[in-house]
Amino acid sequence: MADQALPVLEVRGLETVFRTRGGEIHAVNDVSFHLERGELLGVVGESGSGKSVTMMSLIRLLPAPPADIRKGEVLLNGEDLLKMTPDALRQVRGAKVGFVFQDPMTSLNPVFTIGDQVMEPLRKHMGLSKAEAAVRAAELLELVGISDAKSRLKSYPHQFSGGMRQRVMIAIALACDPDVLIADEPTTALDVTIQAQILELVKELRQKLGMAIIWITHDLGVIAGIADRVLVMYGGQVVEQAPVAELFANPQHPYTRALLQTVPKITGVREARLKVIEGQPPILTAALSACPFRARCEYRHAACDAANPARRAVDGQPVGRGHDVACHWQAPAAQEAVHA
Amino acid sequence: MLTFTLRRLLLAIPTLLLISLVIFLLVDLAPGSPASEIPLTVPPEVRAKILEALGVNEPVHVRYLLWLKQFFWVEPLNGFDAIFGTNYAEGMQRIISYQSRSPVFPLIGERLPQTLTVIGTAYLVGVLIALPIGIYSAYKQYSLFDQFGTMFAMIGFSVPTFFTGTLFIIIFAVGLGWFPTKYDTTLTVTDWESFLKQLRQMAMPVMVLGLANAAAISRYMRSSMLENMGQDYVRTARAKGLDERTVILKHVLRNSLIPVVTVIALGIPSIFGGAIITENLFGVNGIGSALIQAIRGNDLPMVQTLAFIFAILIVMFNLIADLLYGMLDPRIRYD
Repeated sequence: MADQALPVLEVRGLETVFRTRGGEIHAVNDVSFHLERGELLGVVGESGSGKSVTMMSLIRLLPAPPADIRKGEVLLNGEDLLKMTPDALRQVRGAKVGFVFQDPMTSLNPVFTIGDQVMEPLRKHMGLSKAEAAVRAAELLELVGISDAKSRLKSYPHQFSGGMRQRVMIAIALACDPDVLIADEPTTALDVTIQAQILELVKELRQKLGMAIIWITHDLGVIAGIADRVLVMYGGQVVEQAPVAELFANPQHPYTRALLQTVPKITGVREARLKVIEGQPPILTAALSACPFRARCEYRHAACDAANPARRAVDGQPVGRGHDVACHWQAPAAQEAVHA
Repeated sequence: MLTFTLRRLLLAIPTLLLISLVIFLLVDLAPGSPASEIPLTVPPEVRAKILEALGVNEPVHVRYLLWLKQFFWVEPLNGFDAIFGTNYAEGMQRIISYQSRSPVFPLIGERLPQTLTVIGTAYLVGVLIALPIGIYSAYKQYSLFDQFGTMFAMIGFSVPTFFTGTLFIIIFAVGLGWFPTKYDTTLTVTDWESFLKQLRQMAMPVMVLGLANAAAISRYMRSSMLENMGQDYVRTARAKGLDERTVILKHVLRNSLIPVVTVIALGIPSIFGGAIITENLFGVNGIGSALIQAIRGNDLPMVQTLAFIFAILIVMFNLIADLLYGMLDPRIRYD
């Protein structure tokens, strides 16, 4: 067993580019973060900010070509996943790292039964016989709240609703009792009541099973509800990182602050218009030589055009451990910050 | 599934009746009569008697109904008699070929085995070549193998069989002397030696037709594989830690086969139709050449009967393709 004091996952200086006909797209730029045992790390950012690409890079799920992981280390229990042979990596995927994808409607194979698909990782990684795997698969379906699990093993995905299918995906991801569960916007494609159910389910499973979770989302409400710590991503890099309460109380990066302002308040007077962040996230055709957010930033000044800001500590703790931000601008004191 | 099959079979009846009517009338409209085959030295009154005996003087609807009766009742009865040695069909008028003055069905029965062995083998070979090529080309898209497969398909598509056939004859039969130029229909396989001889004489027509068939099917297979390889469930399979073999040959292939199986099933009737050009080129005395001879010889009953048999086969394999589709894709249920 790995050292309990070490983080279960440590990512250092990850860089992923896509080689396209029009040149390279720098999708992930020098991303570093860690994940403690049993911790739930929320990753937020708008579409195109590099959240999903970062997480898929961890277990090299991106099709290569065009994706190319240039640099970095992904240490799972101290072992670098990026240096592993494809065979060794397959022993990690589905066994130590479970992945839940965004769209449950297309993530299951339509021509195989639910049972078959839940049993696959069990048979592959745990060496269970067909009968043993079937028993375990039924237990897993029950665990994720699918009633009458035994007979449901014979159902096909099209006989399940979206919420049910996402439960099945979670069951698959958890089948081999992974150390890390990566959930890539698992509730985005579901309607609100089902979203709430899935969130409750994950909270409950986390208590029962104790795995660490990376939860990618663009929903700040979800983050506030479940995360321990938050990474804010923009332009393929981490722009702010903090424990969840600290982030909401004392956001430092203009992007984080703007994001928080785009959330409608249910109390108080209704504002005339909801705030928006003007403009589009950048398409990164070259390595960053300036702040990626500068074009949309209200605090832009000369330094922003001159250099891409490095992450700096806000609260005196080492970068990555406490609260840090990648910004040239110094945010005013906490009480002036936006609502939490 | 059973009710669906029965319903489709019932629906096939009016379809086939309509097709039979169209075939009968179209062929009947064709100029020429069996009289033109009778030598001019035959006296007119004898000529009139022959025509009367052939039944060509009856009005068209009577001839149509008679043909239907013969096709669906008399001929099956004859077949029954032939198998069980009974004689229920005795004295009933069968469908008679104008050319040979003998019943049409035994003539077809003589021709069909050649066609099925040669064209059937060619189709099978084509499918067996095409599927692996399609699968591997898709898996290694834009690789050297894929480029080669694309070129192979282009050739198979664009070069007509009469050209590849002639080329093969020149190279393999005339030049290298590996295979005979003509197919010997009288050869019967009795021992190892004659089996090898049969294989040798089948080789060229099978290659020519196999190439043409494989070209189309390998393209279908490739594009179907490519379409499915980009699907989300493939990423899920990889995220489970499955090896590439399982991902491609289980998850992707099973989904990709659904449309391809349909295409393959729909192509089967064309085996029975024979490959007219190839059969002629290599002298395979099959259905295709029988049809050509019948058309040339104004043998209307033969043409009508053959055309209608093809129609029945097409309707039947359409149904089979639909049923296969339902078996491969759980989302389709016929209840």
